[in-house]
Amino acid sequence: MAPDPKTTRLDSKSLAALALHRFGFGPRAGSLAAVAADPRGAVLAELERPGAGRIADDDLLSGGEAARAAFDFRQERKAQRLAQREERNQERAAQAKAQAKAKADGTAMADGKGMEAQADQAPPADDEQRKRKLGPGIPQQIFLEEAKARFDSALAAEVGLIDRLTWFWSNHFCVSVDKGQVRPLAGAFEREAIRTHVLGRFSDMLFAVETHPAMLVYLDNARSIGPNSIAGRRRNKGLNENLAREIMELHTLGVNGGYTQDDVTRFANVITGWTTVRFKRDPEHGGEFDFNPRTHEPGAQTVLGRAYEDRGIEQGRDVLLALARHPATAQHIATKLVRHFVADDPPRDLVDLLAKRFRDTDGNLKDVTRALVGADAAWLAPRGKLKRPGEWMVSALRASGVTPPDIRPIVQAQNLLGEPLWRPPAPKGFPDDNASWIDGVTQRLDIANQLSRRVGGLVDPDDVAEAALGPLLSAETRQALKRAESRPQALALLFMSPEFLRR
Amino acid sequence: MTRHLSTRRDLLLGSGALFAWASLPRLARAEGRDPRMLVIVLRGALDGLATVAPVGDPDWVRLRGDHALRLDGTAPALALNDMFALNPAMPNLHRLYKAKQAAIVHAVATPYRERSHFDGQDVLESGFTRPGATDSGWLNRAMAALEPAKGIRVKPQQAFAVGPVTPLVVRGAAPVLSWTPPRLPPAADDTVMRLLDLYRHTDPALARVMEERMGLAAIARADGMSDMKKAAPLPGGAARVAAFFAEASGAAARFMAQADGPRVGALAFDGWDTHAAEGVTQGRLFSLLGALDGAIAAVETGMGPAWKDTAVAVVTEFGRTARVNGTDGTDHGTGTVALLAGGALNGGRVIADWPGVGETALYEKRDLKATTDLRAVLKGLLHDHLRVEETALAASVFPGSAAVKPMRELVA
Repeated sequence: MAPDPKTTRLDSKSLAALALHRFGFGPRAGSLAAVAADPRGAVLAELERPGAGRIADDDLLSGGEAARAAFDFRQERKAQRLAQREERNQERAAQAKAQAKAKADGTAMADGKGMEAQADQAPPADDEQRKRKLGPGIPQQIFLEEAKARFDSALAAEVGLIDRLTWFWSNHFCVSVDKGQVRPLAGAFEREAIRTHVLGRFSDMLFAVETHPAMLVYLDNARSIGPNSIAGRRRNKGLNENLAREIMELHTLGVNGGYTQDDVTRFANVITGWTTVRFKRDPEHGGEFDFNPRTHEPGAQTVLGRAYEDRGIEQGRDVLLALARHPATAQHIATKLVRHFVADDPPRDLVDLLAKRFRDTDGNLKDVTRALVGADAAWLAPRGKLKRPGEWMVSALRASGVTPPDIRPIVQAQNLLGEPLWRPPAPKGFPDDNASWIDGVTQRLDIANQLSRRVGGLVDPDDVAEAALGPLLSAETRQALKRAESRPQALALLFMSPEFLRR
Repeated sequence: MTRHLSTRRDLLLGSGALFAWASLPRLARAEGRDPRMLVIVLRGALDGLATVAPVGDPDWVRLRGDHALRLDGTAPALALNDMFALNPAMPNLHRLYKAKQAAIVHAVATPYRERSHFDGQDVLESGFTRPGATDSGWLNRAMAALEPAKGIRVKPQQAFAVGPVTPLVVRGAAPVLSWTPPRLPPAADDTVMRLLDLYRHTDPALARVMEERMGLAAIARADGMSDMKKAAPLPGGAARVAAFFAEASGAAARFMAQADGPRVGALAFDGWDTHAAEGVTQGRLFSLLGALDGAIAAVETGMGPAWKDTAVAVVTEFGRTARVNGTDGTDHGTGTVALLAGGALNGGRVIADWPGVGETALYEKRDLKATTDLRAVLKGLLHDHLRVEETALAASVFPGSAAVKPMRELVA
């Protein structure tokens, strides 16, 4: 273990505040005192807590259940639309018949009236209108329940390191609900493929991620077909390299990780057949991961200079394991971790330390996390990183001691702040540097303002400031709070103060 | 407006049970009246002298100089009587005053004599003489003190609050129904300025982005409405503040006007802490007073026929310094005004035991002296309008205020 953190110039309570903001989701009332005796120990202790990395909620659906619920829902709505269309057609036919009869009877209406009768028919409501009328669908309901579980976990955590790690890895291995089918799956994906592995082995997380239906759908591998597979020869469809490329470029080796286009194509061939169970074929398991031999490209493939014989799904597992153990992956992951937790320009020694631990432990993420928290360099860096929007909101809620009764305003606020939940702009995920987020800080003022109006009359801003920052509260901010014209304003100023925005 | 109440999202429970079926004030009811009382709290300390100016006081112009409201100024004040004139931002209140439906109490203050906003607001809203004494407000305790008519189980008798946070004045044991406007106002310019000041002293990078935001906002405003819609959310343009004031108070009035609606309500407006560039006849305070004037108009409209049974009391935690400070603003002070409006009032009067604004007349040589206890005004309204008994007023509503007699004849 690294030397004592007291080698830094900070006193123990300042270190406690630093620890909670940098490695967790910020203090709640009483947190500072609780961890002040041993801030580093308190952060590390969270790694040892039984059940770490689990969300115990029986109401949340598994990925497969969510996919099937969404599928059933889509089928139902489709049937409704068809029925409505049929109804309208019949009405029109009946009217036309009545008009024709009236005309034939010699009591034809004037042309104008005929037109009017036509206009009376309500035009079919456009999609948006119809959706509003029906209310949020099953996929959105699942999305919101998952969002609530995610925020609740971060709000309830002692320190929040496990949740911070979950958010980090979820962004590293991101999926996007921009793709409609991913919407009901994103939460389950994070719980099943990410959260359970944040203290496990990287290769296990990698395999869980790349075989999860959310990822297979998001990066199109579910539709990728080996050109020489049974299905490929029959149909004129073929390979989709999207997932294979992003695994190498983003998930493991990094963009300069030394792979070639040929490696990507070979690897894409390896993971053909990694898809999801079709709903109609198997109603019990529809939407779950499936290895389909009929779409899997047969034969050995050479990836990064090593030949992999065709062992069905194991061929892909072999390649993933090799990628996980590649030194470029260790460097890539270490760099991103340090950039996230410590500084935009990651201290090189710290990155190397983490990369070595990653390699030495065969990607044991608990050990890597221990190395990060244990390193003095991780504590000595100035508190310059801007908290990401969601992280900042959670820390503000924790500081004010309120649990929002409704998750929707939180989700909407995250949209407004440019970090829509499970909807990054690209497979690369949200950026993780100050330059990307600083302009949006002014938007945070509106959120701080709203939150403060909601809780500002119920809490004492001085107490909140003391609990949230303790000795890290600057004299200037202290004075600004004291001079505020109302408690809500004081609270908004606190949440917008540099020492609360940065960690 | 009931539809708002029916959706769970907008319905927040202030305290206590949602619909506690209690009875109406017996005495008022027996008289065939159905009184309403709405309290508007102005947070930040209203400059009473810039709202209602003693234009007839010989020391007035000397005191405020170029910042003094005058009958012959470029923006002439609206005459109330020989001594006082109203800020020109408030033509509607002036109209009500002329119609004897508005009254002004001047040189008034709570018993609080320090200068902290939070503590001052606590005293103002709790009705206690010291801050932090209780978690309930005087309006709520007045509700609780109303003696229920025997055997009549008619209407939900509860207090009403507008805004995401129920103001302390109306919190307490009596049930409170609260409603939040769908859109909260954006952060006030004042908050932006305070933040910018903080950033300039501590974090240049954040100061830069905040300056950029303000620059963009100024451009968007200068370009007029059509561009405003396209621009990013503005930090509290005057029009949006005015719209929020009117929406919040109009909604309160419409709820309270209903036959089975609440009979007392409270809401709070922020932004009155005018330390710099106060803008008495154009600018910040002028805009805020205009917004407040619009809010009073919205109450009148929203109440409809019930306006004749309505009393609105606009109160603030304390006043501001008599003189203007070095940044064209005013600092925390003491005496200020209370604005009363409503069809139930015996209006058309400025009620003041005027202390004067000469050098020697000022409290601690800096503030307008408070010669009237605000509790006397509020006790008078509660007693004569809602028929809360004097013993209850002195004991539970404003504890320790036995010596402060209710001001009589505020209600017609």
